[in-house]
Amino acid sequence: MTTSAFSIVHFEFLCWAALWTIGLSAIALVGGSLLGFVIALARISSNKSLRWASSLYIQLVQGTPLLVLLFLLYYGIAVFVGPTIPSIVAAGAGLTIYASGFLAEIWRGCIEAVPKSQWEAAECLALRRSQRMVHVILPQALRIATPPTVGFVVQVVKNTSLASVIGFIELAQAGKLINNSIFEPFTVFVVVAAIYFGICFPLSAWSRTLERTLNVADR
Amino acid sequence: MSYRFDFLALLPYWREFLWGVLLTLQISATATVSGFIIGTICAIARADGSPFIKRLVATYVEVIRNTPLLVQVFIAYFGIATLGVHVSANVAASIALTVNVGAYTCEIVRAGLQSIHRSQMEAAECLALSRTQIYWHVVIRPAIERVYPSLTSQYVLLMLASSITSQISAAELTAAANRIQSVTFRSFETYIAVGFIYLVLSFVVRAAFALFGQTVFTRRRKLGTAL
Repeated sequence: MTTSAFSIVHFEFLCWAALWTIGLSAIALVGGSLLGFVIALARISSNKSLRWASSLYIQLVQGTPLLVLLFLLYYGIAVFVGPTIPSIVAAGAGLTIYASGFLAEIWRGCIEAVPKSQWEAAECLALRRSQRMVHVILPQALRIATPPTVGFVVQVVKNTSLASVIGFIELAQAGKLINNSIFEPFTVFVVVAAIYFGICFPLSAWSRTLERTLNVADR
Repeated sequence: MSYRFDFLALLPYWREFLWGVLLTLQISATATVSGFIIGTICAIARADGSPFIKRLVATYVEVIRNTPLLVQVFIAYFGIATLGVHVSANVAASIALTVNVGAYTCEIVRAGLQSIHRSQMEAAECLALSRTQIYWHVVIRPAIERVYPSLTSQYVLLMLASSITSQISAAELTAAANRIQSVTFRSFETYIAVGFIYLVLSFVVRAAFALFGQTVFTRRRKLGTAL
Protein backbone atom coordinates (compact mmCIF):
# COMPACT_ATOMS: atom_id res chain seq x y z
CA MET A 1 0.00 0.00 0.00
CA THR A 2 1.34 3.37 -0.91
CA THR A 3 0.47 6.51 0.91
CA SER A 4 0.62 9.61 -1.20
CA ALA A 5 1.46 13.07 0.05
CA PHE A 6 -0.94 15.96 0.23
CA SER A 7 -1.57 16.98 -3.36
CA ILE A 8 -3.59 19.34 -5.49
CA VAL A 9 -6.32 16.69 -5.79
CA HIS A 10 -6.83 16.78 -2.05
CA PHE A 11 -6.90 20.53 -2.11
CA GLU A 12 -9.57 20.46 -4.80
CA PHE A 13 -11.65 18.11 -2.65
CA LEU A 14 -11.30 20.48 0.29
CA CYS A 15 -12.46 23.39 -1.85
CA TRP A 16 -15.57 21.48 -2.86
CA ALA A 17 -16.21 20.70 0.77
CA ALA A 18 -15.78 24.38 1.60
CA LEU A 19 -18.74 25.09 -0.68
CA TRP A 20 -20.82 22.77 1.50
CA THR A 21 -19.62 24.67 4.54
CA ILE A 22 -20.82 27.89 2.93
CA GLY A 23 -24.10 26.27 1.86
CA LEU A 24 -24.78 24.92 5.34
CA SER A 25 -23.96 28.33 6.84
CA ALA A 26 -26.46 29.90 4.43
CA ILE A 27 -29.19 27.45 5.44
CA ALA A 28 -28.48 28.11 9.12
CA LEU A 29 -28.47 31.87 8.64
CA VAL A 30 -31.68 32.07 6.61
CA GLY A 31 -33.54 29.73 8.95
CA GLY A 32 -31.92 31.18 12.04
CA SER A 33 -32.73 34.78 11.18
CA LEU A 34 -36.38 34.05 10.37
CA LEU A 35 -36.87 32.12 13.59
CA GLY A 36 -34.60 34.43 15.57
CA PHE A 37 -36.51 37.52 14.44
CA VAL A 38 -39.82 36.09 15.60
CA ILE A 39 -38.28 35.12 18.94
CA ALA A 40 -36.68 38.55 19.37
CA LEU A 41 -40.12 40.13 18.88
CA ALA A 42 -41.69 37.63 21.28
CA ARG A 43 -39.00 38.53 23.80
CA ILE A 44 -40.16 42.17 23.92
CA SER A 45 -43.86 41.45 23.42
CA SER A 46 -46.45 42.78 25.85
CA ASN A 47 -47.71 39.23 26.42
CA LYS A 48 -46.12 37.85 29.55
CA SER A 49 -46.25 34.15 28.67
CA LEU A 50 -44.82 34.87 25.22
CA ARG A 51 -41.92 36.72 26.83
CA TRP A 52 -41.41 33.88 29.26
CA ALA A 53 -41.50 31.16 26.60
CA SER A 54 -39.06 32.95 24.28
CA SER A 55 -36.72 33.63 27.18
CA LEU A 56 -36.81 29.94 28.12
CA TYR A 57 -36.03 28.99 24.52
CA ILE A 58 -33.01 31.29 24.46
CA GLN A 59 -31.78 29.96 27.81
CA LEU A 60 -32.09 26.40 26.53
CA VAL A 61 -30.24 27.06 23.29
CA GLN A 62 -27.50 29.15 24.87
CA GLY A 63 -27.09 26.83 27.85
CA THR A 64 -26.48 23.59 25.97
CA PRO A 65 -23.63 22.80 23.58
CA LEU A 66 -24.40 22.77 19.86
CA LEU A 67 -22.71 19.39 19.68
CA VAL A 68 -25.25 17.84 22.05
CA LEU A 69 -28.08 19.49 20.10
CA LEU A 70 -26.81 17.94 16.88
CA PHE A 71 -26.51 14.49 18.45
CA LEU A 72 -29.99 14.88 19.91
CA LEU A 73 -31.48 15.73 16.52
CA TYR A 74 -29.53 13.17 14.55
CA TYR A 75 -29.94 10.14 16.81
CA GLY A 76 -32.96 11.27 18.77
CA ILE A 77 -35.36 12.34 16.05
CA ALA A 78 -34.46 9.22 14.09
CA VAL A 79 -36.30 7.31 16.79
CA PHE A 80 -39.55 8.89 15.60
CA VAL A 81 -39.19 9.15 11.85
CA GLY A 82 -37.27 6.07 10.84
CA PRO A 83 -33.84 4.50 11.00
CA THR A 84 -31.85 7.63 10.19
CA ILE A 85 -32.54 11.09 8.94
CA PRO A 86 -30.26 12.64 6.31
CA SER A 87 -27.38 14.41 8.03
CA ILE A 88 -28.02 17.62 6.10
CA VAL A 89 -31.50 17.82 7.66
CA ALA A 90 -30.19 17.26 11.17
CA ALA A 91 -27.27 19.63 10.63
CA GLY A 92 -29.45 22.30 9.02
CA ALA A 93 -32.06 22.06 11.77
CA GLY A 94 -29.48 22.04 14.58
CA LEU A 95 -27.60 25.05 13.25
CA THR A 96 -30.87 26.88 12.57
CA ILE A 97 -31.93 26.42 16.19
CA TYR A 98 -28.48 27.44 17.40
CA ALA A 99 -28.41 30.56 15.22
CA SER A 100 -31.97 31.56 16.14
CA GLY A 101 -31.21 31.41 19.87
CA PHE A 102 -28.21 33.70 19.61
CA LEU A 103 -29.57 36.05 16.92
CA ALA A 104 -32.78 36.55 18.91
CA GLU A 105 -30.79 37.78 21.89
CA ILE A 106 -28.50 39.97 19.76
CA TRP A 107 -31.45 41.56 17.99
CA ARG A 108 -33.47 42.05 21.14
CA GLY A 109 -30.55 44.07 22.48
CA CYS A 110 -30.43 46.09 19.26
CA ILE A 111 -34.17 46.82 19.29
CA GLU A 112 -34.01 47.90 22.91
CA ALA A 113 -30.96 50.03 22.15
CA VAL A 114 -33.08 52.36 20.01
CA PRO A 115 -33.44 55.44 22.24
CA LYS A 116 -36.54 55.54 24.42
CA SER A 117 -37.52 58.93 23.00
CA GLN A 118 -38.05 57.34 19.59
CA TRP A 119 -40.57 54.89 21.04
CA GLU A 120 -42.35 57.70 22.86
CA ALA A 121 -42.37 59.99 19.83
CA ALA A 122 -43.90 57.24 17.71
CA GLU A 123 -46.54 56.74 20.34
CA CYS A 124 -47.30 60.47 20.41
CA LEU A 125 -47.87 60.35 16.65
CA ALA A 126 -50.60 57.79 17.34
CA LEU A 127 -48.84 55.03 15.43
CA ARG A 128 -50.09 51.56 16.13
CA ARG A 129 -47.67 49.12 17.76
CA SER A 130 -46.95 47.40 14.44
CA GLN A 131 -46.53 50.72 12.61
CA ARG A 132 -44.17 51.95 15.29
CA MET A 133 -42.06 48.81 14.90
CA VAL A 134 -41.97 48.77 11.10
CA HIS A 135 -41.54 52.48 10.40
CA VAL A 136 -39.65 53.82 13.40
CA ILE A 137 -37.86 51.23 15.52
CA LEU A 138 -36.74 48.47 13.14
CA PRO A 139 -35.04 50.73 10.55
CA GLN A 140 -32.93 52.21 13.33
CA ALA A 141 -32.36 48.85 15.01
CA LEU A 142 -31.15 47.45 11.68
CA ARG A 143 -28.33 49.96 11.66
CA ILE A 144 -27.28 49.00 15.18
CA ALA A 145 -27.67 45.30 14.46
CA THR A 146 -25.55 45.02 11.32
CA PRO A 147 -22.03 44.83 12.83
CA PRO A 148 -22.82 42.24 15.57
CA THR A 149 -24.84 40.17 13.09
CA VAL A 150 -21.96 40.01 10.62
CA GLY A 151 -19.74 39.10 13.56
CA PHE A 152 -22.10 36.28 14.46
CA VAL A 153 -22.01 34.96 10.88
CA VAL A 154 -18.36 34.12 11.60
CA GLN A 155 -19.47 32.02 14.59
CA VAL A 156 -21.97 30.17 12.42
CA VAL A 157 -19.42 29.42 9.70
CA LYS A 158 -17.00 28.07 12.32
CA ASN A 159 -19.69 26.02 14.03
CA THR A 160 -20.75 24.29 10.82
CA SER A 161 -17.57 22.29 11.43
CA LEU A 162 -19.51 20.44 14.15
CA ALA A 163 -21.81 18.99 11.46
CA SER A 164 -18.89 16.67 10.73
CA VAL A 165 -19.72 14.66 13.87
CA ILE A 166 -22.97 13.45 12.33
CA GLY A 167 -21.32 12.56 9.05
CA PHE A 168 -22.11 15.64 7.02
CA ILE A 169 -19.24 16.10 4.56
CA GLU A 170 -18.18 19.70 4.91
CA LEU A 171 -14.73 21.17 5.28
CA ALA A 172 -13.76 19.61 8.63
CA GLN A 173 -15.14 16.19 7.69
CA ALA A 174 -13.36 16.34 4.32
CA GLY A 175 -10.16 17.05 6.24
CA LYS A 176 -10.77 13.98 8.40
CA LEU A 177 -11.41 11.83 5.32
CA ILE A 178 -8.21 12.95 3.61
CA ASN A 179 -6.28 12.45 6.82
CA ASN A 180 -7.61 8.91 7.06
CA SER A 181 -6.20 8.10 3.63
CA ILE A 182 -2.81 9.83 3.68
CA PHE A 183 -2.22 10.28 7.41
CA GLU A 184 -0.63 13.68 7.41
CA PRO A 185 -2.80 15.24 10.09
CA PHE A 186 -0.75 18.35 10.63
CA THR A 187 -0.62 19.40 6.96
CA VAL A 188 -4.24 18.53 6.29
CA PHE A 189 -5.72 20.35 9.27
CA VAL A 190 -3.51 23.40 8.82
CA VAL A 191 -4.79 23.66 5.24
CA VAL A 192 -8.35 23.17 6.49
CA ALA A 193 -7.82 25.89 9.10
CA ALA A 194 -6.39 28.18 6.42
CA ILE A 195 -9.51 27.75 4.26
CA TYR A 196 -11.76 28.53 7.24
CA PHE A 197 -9.60 31.56 7.91
CA GLY A 198 -10.00 32.63 4.29
CA ILE A 199 -13.78 32.55 4.70
CA CYS A 200 -14.02 34.04 8.18
CA PHE A 201 -11.36 36.72 8.24
CA PRO A 202 -12.93 38.94 5.54
CA LEU A 203 -16.22 38.73 7.43
CA SER A 204 -14.57 39.70 10.74
CA ALA A 205 -12.78 42.58 9.05
CA TRP A 206 -16.03 43.69 7.41
CA SER A 207 -17.81 43.58 10.75
CA ARG A 208 -15.15 45.84 12.26
CA THR A 209 -15.37 48.26 9.33
CA LEU A 210 -19.15 48.42 9.70
CA GLU A 211 -18.76 49.12 13.38
CA ARG A 212 -16.53 52.07 12.56
CA THR A 213 -18.53 53.48 9.68
CA LEU A 214 -21.96 53.06 11.22
CA ASN A 215 -20.37 54.42 14.38
CA VAL A 216 -23.14 53.24 16.64
CA ALA A 217 -21.40 53.60 19.97
CA ASP A 218 -20.75 57.32 19.72
CA ARG A 219 -24.21 58.49 18.80
CA MET B 1 -44.76 7.31 16.85
CA SER B 2 -45.07 5.02 19.82
CA TYR B 3 -41.75 5.65 21.45
CA ARG B 4 -41.60 4.99 25.15
CA PHE B 5 -39.15 7.10 27.09
CA ASP B 6 -37.09 5.19 29.56
CA PHE B 7 -34.82 7.46 31.52
CA LEU B 8 -34.44 4.79 34.19
CA ALA B 9 -32.28 2.82 31.77
CA LEU B 10 -29.62 5.49 32.29
CA LEU B 11 -29.63 5.21 36.06
CA PRO B 12 -26.99 2.46 36.33
CA TYR B 13 -24.58 4.78 34.50
CA TRP B 14 -24.76 7.68 36.94
CA ARG B 15 -21.14 7.15 37.90
CA GLU B 16 -19.98 7.67 34.30
CA PHE B 17 -22.07 10.82 33.99
CA LEU B 18 -20.54 12.10 37.20
CA TRP B 19 -17.00 11.43 36.01
CA GLY B 20 -17.85 13.17 32.75
CA VAL B 21 -19.12 16.21 34.62
CA LEU B 22 -16.00 16.32 36.78
CA LEU B 23 -13.70 16.06 33.78
CA THR B 24 -15.65 18.71 31.88
CA LEU B 25 -15.28 21.02 34.86
CA GLN B 26 -11.62 20.15 35.26
CA ILE B 27 -10.76 20.78 31.60
CA SER B 28 -12.72 24.03 31.46
CA ALA B 29 -11.34 25.28 34.78
CA THR B 30 -7.78 24.61 33.61
CA ALA B 31 -8.44 26.37 30.31
CA THR B 32 -10.20 29.28 32.01
CA VAL B 33 -7.41 30.01 34.48
CA SER B 34 -4.49 29.58 32.10
CA GLY B 35 -6.38 31.21 29.22
CA PHE B 36 -7.14 34.19 31.43
CA ILE B 37 -3.47 34.62 32.32
CA ILE B 38 -2.31 34.26 28.71
CA GLY B 39 -5.06 36.52 27.43
CA THR B 40 -4.34 39.26 29.94
CA ILE B 41 -0.61 39.19 29.20
CA CYS B 42 -1.38 39.33 25.47
CA ALA B 43 -3.76 42.25 25.96
CA ILE B 44 -1.08 44.20 27.84
CA ALA B 45 1.51 43.27 25.21
CA ARG B 46 -0.83 44.43 22.48
CA ALA B 47 -1.39 47.75 24.20
CA ASP B 48 2.19 48.54 25.21
CA GLY B 49 4.54 46.15 23.42
CA SER B 50 6.96 46.84 20.61
CA PRO B 51 5.45 46.98 17.09
CA PHE B 52 6.67 43.44 16.42
CA ILE B 53 5.02 42.06 19.58
CA LYS B 54 1.81 43.90 18.74
CA ARG B 55 1.76 42.33 15.28
CA LEU B 56 2.47 38.91 16.72
CA VAL B 57 -0.36 39.10 19.27
CA ALA B 58 -2.78 40.49 16.68
CA THR B 59 -1.98 37.58 14.37
CA TYR B 60 -2.50 35.06 17.17
CA VAL B 61 -5.87 36.56 18.05
CA GLU B 62 -7.08 36.75 14.45
CA VAL B 63 -5.98 33.23 13.55
CA ILE B 64 -7.68 31.72 16.59
CA ARG B 65 -10.86 33.74 16.29
CA ASN B 66 -11.34 32.93 12.62
CA THR B 67 -10.84 29.16 12.68
CA PRO B 68 -13.14 26.54 14.24
CA LEU B 69 -12.31 25.14 17.66
CA LEU B 70 -12.77 21.61 16.28
CA VAL B 71 -9.92 22.11 13.80
CA GLN B 72 -7.78 23.72 16.51
CA VAL B 73 -8.36 20.69 18.71
CA PHE B 74 -7.30 18.36 15.89
CA ILE B 75 -4.18 20.39 15.18
CA ALA B 76 -3.25 20.41 18.87
CA TYR B 77 -3.84 16.68 19.28
CA PHE B 78 -2.20 15.43 16.08
CA GLY B 79 0.25 18.30 15.76
CA ILE B 80 1.81 17.71 19.16
CA ALA B 81 2.03 14.00 18.36
CA THR B 82 3.81 14.82 15.09
CA LEU B 83 6.43 16.68 17.09
CA GLY B 84 7.17 13.37 18.80
CA VAL B 85 5.76 14.29 22.21
CA HIS B 86 3.06 11.95 23.41
CA VAL B 87 0.31 13.64 25.38
CA SER B 88 -3.02 12.24 26.46
CA ALA B 89 -6.24 13.43 24.85
CA ASN B 90 -7.21 15.28 28.03
CA VAL B 91 -3.98 17.26 28.07
CA ALA B 92 -4.25 18.06 24.36
CA ALA B 93 -7.83 19.17 24.94
CA SER B 94 -6.81 21.48 27.78
CA ILE B 95 -4.01 22.96 25.68
CA ALA B 96 -6.29 23.59 22.69
CA LEU B 97 -8.98 25.20 24.84
CA THR B 98 -6.38 27.34 26.64
CA VAL B 99 -4.95 28.66 23.38
CA ASN B 100 -8.47 29.26 22.10
CA VAL B 101 -9.85 31.07 25.12
CA GLY B 102 -6.62 33.04 25.53
CA ALA B 103 -7.30 34.80 22.22
CA TYR B 104 -10.88 35.68 23.19
CA THR B 105 -9.79 36.87 26.63
CA CYS B 106 -7.16 39.05 24.97
CA GLU B 107 -9.82 40.81 22.87
CA ILE B 108 -12.14 41.33 25.84
CA VAL B 109 -9.44 42.57 28.23
CA ARG B 110 -8.09 44.85 25.49
CA ALA B 111 -11.48 46.51 25.30
CA GLY B 112 -11.32 46.95 29.07
CA LEU B 113 -7.83 48.48 28.92
CA GLN B 114 -8.98 50.91 26.23
CA SER B 115 -11.84 52.01 28.43
CA ILE B 116 -9.44 53.26 31.12
CA HIS B 117 -9.12 56.98 30.59
CA ARG B 118 -5.72 58.49 30.05
CA SER B 119 -6.26 60.95 32.88
CA GLN B 120 -6.43 58.04 35.34
CA MET B 121 -2.88 57.03 34.50
CA GLU B 122 -1.68 60.64 34.57
CA ALA B 123 -3.28 61.11 37.96
CA ALA B 124 -1.57 57.96 39.22
CA GLU B 125 1.75 59.24 37.90
CA CYS B 126 1.22 62.52 39.74
CA LEU B 127 0.72 60.51 42.90
CA ALA B 128 4.18 59.04 42.32
CA LEU B 129 3.00 55.48 41.99
CA SER B 130 5.51 53.16 40.40
CA ARG B 131 4.89 51.67 36.95
CA THR B 132 3.92 48.32 38.43
CA GLN B 133 1.59 49.95 40.93
CA ILE B 134 -0.08 51.99 38.19
CA TYR B 135 -0.56 48.92 36.08
CA TRP B 136 -1.94 46.80 38.84
CA HIS B 137 -4.16 49.25 40.73
CA VAL B 138 -5.17 51.78 38.09
CA VAL B 139 -5.17 49.91 34.79
CA ILE B 140 -5.56 46.15 35.05
CA ARG B 141 -7.90 45.70 37.99
CA PRO B 142 -10.45 48.33 36.98
CA ALA B 143 -10.22 47.16 33.35
CA ILE B 144 -10.99 43.56 34.28
CA GLU B 145 -13.70 44.72 36.63
CA ARG B 146 -15.41 46.47 33.74
CA VAL B 147 -15.27 43.56 31.32
CA TYR B 148 -15.99 40.92 33.98
CA PRO B 149 -19.52 40.20 32.68
CA SER B 150 -18.20 39.61 29.15
CA LEU B 151 -15.47 37.36 30.50
CA THR B 152 -18.08 35.38 32.42
CA SER B 153 -20.16 34.74 29.29
CA GLN B 154 -17.05 33.78 27.38
CA TYR B 155 -16.02 31.23 30.02
CA VAL B 156 -19.52 29.73 30.14
CA LEU B 157 -19.34 29.34 26.36
CA LEU B 158 -15.93 27.73 26.82
CA MET B 159 -17.41 25.20 29.24
CA LEU B 160 -20.06 24.31 26.65
CA ALA B 161 -17.49 24.25 23.85
CA SER B 162 -15.36 21.78 25.80
CA SER B 163 -17.87 19.19 24.53
CA ILE B 164 -15.99 19.42 21.22
CA THR B 165 -12.98 17.75 22.79
CA SER B 166 -14.98 14.51 22.88
CA GLN B 167 -13.92 14.27 19.22
CA ILE B 168 -10.34 13.46 20.22
CA SER B 169 -11.67 11.07 22.86
CA ALA B 170 -11.07 13.29 25.86
CA ALA B 171 -13.28 11.48 28.38
CA GLU B 172 -15.53 14.43 29.31
CA LEU B 173 -19.30 14.58 29.57
CA THR B 174 -20.20 14.38 25.88
CA ALA B 175 -17.79 11.49 25.35
CA ALA B 176 -19.39 9.73 28.32
CA ALA B 177 -22.79 10.28 26.70
CA ASN B 178 -21.59 8.87 23.38
CA ARG B 179 -20.34 5.78 25.17
CA ILE B 180 -23.48 5.31 27.25
CA GLN B 181 -25.83 5.70 24.29
CA SER B 182 -23.85 3.14 22.31
CA VAL B 183 -24.27 0.67 25.16
CA THR B 184 -27.91 1.33 26.05
CA PHE B 185 -29.24 2.33 22.59
CA ARG B 186 -31.15 5.00 24.48
CA SER B 187 -29.70 7.86 22.43
CA PHE B 188 -32.66 10.21 22.79
CA GLU B 189 -32.79 9.95 26.57
CA THR B 190 -29.02 10.14 26.91
CA TYR B 191 -28.67 13.36 24.96
CA ILE B 192 -31.67 14.94 26.66
CA ALA B 193 -30.14 14.08 30.03
CA VAL B 194 -26.74 15.43 28.97
CA GLY B 195 -28.29 18.60 27.55
CA PHE B 196 -30.00 19.11 30.90
CA ILE B 197 -26.75 18.52 32.79
CA TYR B 198 -24.97 21.11 30.63
CA LEU B 199 -27.81 23.53 31.30
CA VAL B 200 -27.43 23.06 35.04
CA LEU B 201 -23.64 23.35 34.74
CA SER B 202 -23.92 26.64 32.87
CA PHE B 203 -26.13 28.03 35.65
CA VAL B 204 -23.73 26.78 38.31
CA VAL B 205 -20.69 28.23 36.52
CA ARG B 206 -22.48 31.56 36.03
CA ALA B 207 -23.42 31.66 39.73
CA ALA B 208 -19.86 30.77 40.75
CA PHE B 209 -18.49 33.61 38.63
CA ALA B 210 -21.01 36.05 40.11
CA LEU B 211 -20.00 34.99 43.62
CA PHE B 212 -16.31 35.22 42.78
CA GLY B 213 -16.85 38.69 41.31
CA GLN B 214 -18.58 39.79 44.51
CA THR B 215 -15.63 38.78 46.65
CA VAL B 216 -12.89 40.07 44.35
CA PHE B 217 -14.37 43.35 43.19
CA THR B 218 -15.41 44.80 46.52
CA ARG B 219 -15.80 48.29 45.06
CA ARG B 220 -18.69 47.15 42.93
CA ARG B 221 -20.30 45.56 45.95
CA LYS B 222 -20.13 48.81 47.90
CA LEU B 223 -21.46 50.94 45.08
CA GLY B 224 -24.06 48.37 44.17
CA THR B 225 -23.68 49.22 40.48
CA ALA B 226 -21.39 48.41 37.63
CA LEU B 227 -18.66 50.98 37.19
